[in-house]
Amino acid sequence: MNKKMIYRIIGLVLGVEAILLLFPFVVGLIYQEAAMCFLLTSLICAGLCFLLTRRPPENKTIYAKEGFVIVALSWIVMSLTGALPFVFSGVLNYVDALFEITSGFTTTGASVISAIESVPKSITFWRSFSHWIGGMGVLVFILSVIPLEGNNRNMHLMRAESPGPIVGKLVPKIKSTASLLYTIYTVMTITLIVLLLIGGMPLFDALCNAFGTAGTGGFSILNQGIGQYNNLYYEVVLTIFMILFGINFNVYFLLLMGDIRAVFKSEEVRGYLGVIFVFIALITLNLWGYYDSFIEALRQSSFQVASIITTTGYSSCDFNLWPQFSKTLLFVLMFIGSCAGSTGGGIKISRYIIMLRQIKNTISHMLHPRSVKLVQLDGKTVDNSVITEVFAFFAVYIIIYLLCIIIVSFDGFDFETVTSAVASCLGNVGPGLGLAGPMGNYGMFSATSKLAMTLAMLFGRLEIFPLFIAFIPSVYRHKSSNF
Amino acid sequence: MKIVVCGDGKVGSTVSGQLSNEGHDVVVIDKNPNVVNRSTNNMDVLCIHGNAASRAVQIEAGVPDADLLIAVTSEDELNLLCCLIAKKLGAKNTIARVRNPEYSHELKYIQDELGLSMSVNPEYTAALEIARSMRFPSAIKTDSFVHGRVDLVEFKVTAGSVLIDRMILELRKIASVKILVCAVLRDGKPIIPDGHFVFKENDKVTITGRPTDLLLFFKEIGLPYQKIKNVMIVGGGRITYYLTAMLLDMNYAVKIIEMDEEKCKQLAGAFPKANVIHADATEPDLLNEEGLQNTDAFIALTGFDEENILLSLDAQSNNVKKVITKVNRVNFEHLLSKFGVDSIVSPKYITANQITRFVRAMQNSIGSNVETLIRIVNNQVEALEFVVSPTFKYQNKTFSELKFRSSVLISCIFRNNRLIFADGNSTFQSGDHVIVITTRTGLDALEDIIED
Repeated sequence: MNKKMIYRIIGLVLGVEAILLLFPFVVGLIYQEAAMCFLLTSLICAGLCFLLTRRPPENKTIYAKEGFVIVALSWIVMSLTGALPFVFSGVLNYVDALFEITSGFTTTGASVISAIESVPKSITFWRSFSHWIGGMGVLVFILSVIPLEGNNRNMHLMRAESPGPIVGKLVPKIKSTASLLYTIYTVMTITLIVLLLIGGMPLFDALCNAFGTAGTGGFSILNQGIGQYNNLYYEVVLTIFMILFGINFNVYFLLLMGDIRAVFKSEEVRGYLGVIFVFIALITLNLWGYYDSFIEALRQSSFQVASIITTTGYSSCDFNLWPQFSKTLLFVLMFIGSCAGSTGGGIKISRYIIMLRQIKNTISHMLHPRSVKLVQLDGKTVDNSVITEVFAFFAVYIIIYLLCIIIVSFDGFDFETVTSAVASCLGNVGPGLGLAGPMGNYGMFSATSKLAMTLAMLFGRLEIFPLFIAFIPSVYRHKSSNF
Repeated sequence: MKIVVCGDGKVGSTVSGQLSNEGHDVVVIDKNPNVVNRSTNNMDVLCIHGNAASRAVQIEAGVPDADLLIAVTSEDELNLLCCLIAKKLGAKNTIARVRNPEYSHELKYIQDELGLSMSVNPEYTAALEIARSMRFPSAIKTDSFVHGRVDLVEFKVTAGSVLIDRMILELRKIASVKILVCAVLRDGKPIIPDGHFVFKENDKVTITGRPTDLLLFFKEIGLPYQKIKNVMIVGGGRITYYLTAMLLDMNYAVKIIEMDEEKCKQLAGAFPKANVIHADATEPDLLNEEGLQNTDAFIALTGFDEENILLSLDAQSNNVKKVITKVNRVNFEHLLSKFGVDSIVSPKYITANQITRFVRAMQNSIGSNVETLIRIVNNQVEALEFVVSPTFKYQNKTFSELKFRSSVLISCIFRNNRLIFADGNSTFQSGDHVIVITTRTGLDALEDIIED
């Protein structure tokens, strides 16, 4: 266990956070608000960064174990410090602040603030900005800008932070791969901001909403969500971009390389678009009677399906009032999630494809015990270890979900509220149903429940295993036996 | 530069690791998924699983706009096919590993006809290195520059040596000939010494000089210098084949011990003058029976690193003057050195160095090119030979006027058949062969050693 290297990289993460905190500080200055809370937090992060990176370690090699631990601890440390501005400015207490910023970094978008419009602009900005940072991941950012010299094993960091069952490189150098991902991410975000500005959205709103969409986060800056604008153009633009940010970024890279067929060849993207289409169709039909016109039903259902499957969590209306069938479909979507290698959360389409194909093979193997069947994705055979990992992931996901429901149920809320709130946090979606629905918030839960859901959000964003590994004590011991 | 490496075996992974560390974009193709996984995790390279000779796989790896394709799969024919396809796809340069002795005489033809930029034969190169080191019985490692007119020799300061506790400045008093101390390995760390450096026991010292002067130097500091007359080789693989031909040419008596009867017959057929023995070298007493005590040089070249190491230890304990061990797989040089197994030959490093030199020369086709690249002192220090081009901009300035970068040492200059040891009044002149010793990596032009 190379602890010095772990300290160093966590120090770098804090250093990056210290710089990022200056953005909301500037926003605060522009709006003439009390923004010292950001400067203070920034200084704390910078100080910690200085302490942790003061002496460069001699041995710079990190292995898979260090990779997982670094990623998990970085996210925890980032959340712990990122919560401070909320506390310093007196908006929230620490537990609430931790829930709020973890929700931000993990791109969940679940909020404990009931009247967001009365909160200082700089705080609102920091919340939305945290979505953008968390969407692609801060370690991927560090890999793209800071040369972690003398170390060829940074793939472990990238793999631990990026979502999806199979994480590969786009180009030979990890540094170039990471900066390519960030370039695509930034360009798409800027495009979205420009499109929103063209539609007449104020700059501040356009920035915040674009950050929320790009990271598939979904913090609303208005009390009533996106629906409050009541603007069809915004909704269409956001729907399209939510879906785009839920697509595997490798596809965009191949597009850049001029391989247009790649988009249609990717089985995951086809499955993703197929699921979106089917769910929109079903919900539209179900809502036809609820809304006056077919067009209105299509408008609301498409926005909401895109918002939930990409785990963004924006709301264009109070879907809590929809018929039970539509609500149930939205609940199911929370467990599906977007594509691997995107900024979205959830279990991911590619995992479902792998699992369904393996189940089909298992059945066929029962009928023909001597048959040899392999699971393939995009024409490539999926390694057995990956298949096992996918099933283990699914199982652990459900177990964590159940444990978390049990903890939250102590608060005594109704079944719909509890199950949907936890599903929403674990899947990094944002709003749930019932009391935690799009017009409600998470403020009413007890501190214990909030902490449980905070953890659930981290589990969801880091795809469970890195955080698990960081919680195994023997990983840190020198004489560790099993791990 | 964009480089594609076909085959991720011993040589492949060493080469791709070195090139990626020098900042090139490396894509590796291998047909074994486990190997591909390992390299993806451990190296900053992109790995592709597939048949390297397949056009589709090569296109996926980006061969059409690659600057260089290096084919080092286990099959010679496959390597040639990889290069042929890559060339058709538009790769600018191709390097193939061709090591079958049957092709060795046709290499020039193959290279020209198939448009290869270079072919590498690790076993042949290793044999060449071993044959060269026969000239210096007391050296650990021998390399040469300027087509053999300047030698670079590493030796160990053993207990009781006259060098112990003497400064480099005092060398003149001990020895009459001019040599230059380039680098010293002490406790696993490389040192580029200055005149006040004091020798200690177990230092591994690398010196340069003319071959005849070096022999004289060894004589004067009391190291064994008698000529080697007979050589015992264990293992009858490809290196042995090439080496035997070279050694017989140099009129040594060669004895080869090989377990496999077929191989013995082949060797006996190819080299009637060599003494081929069909036996297992690890059998008790076999080596003694074959006269290990009276052997001047013992070379362990079996396919097993462990066996080579043990056999070498045995030879060492029998006071054989020169023991050379082939270690290809394991990387335990620091441990082996403790047991006195110092002369190690590993074909994968030799090949990797050859390819790295080619790549550096490619990168810089206008400046003063790298002629030779040798890694010394546990591969931690580079010795480079540059030729000063007519356009070199620091010509005719004395060294005291130029500002050299740190950790760079100008070892010597070879000009008009004369060897010059550089001092403050020396200058660079067009056509000079300059030998530079440095702990920096990635120098590809002579200009790189001077600060502007």
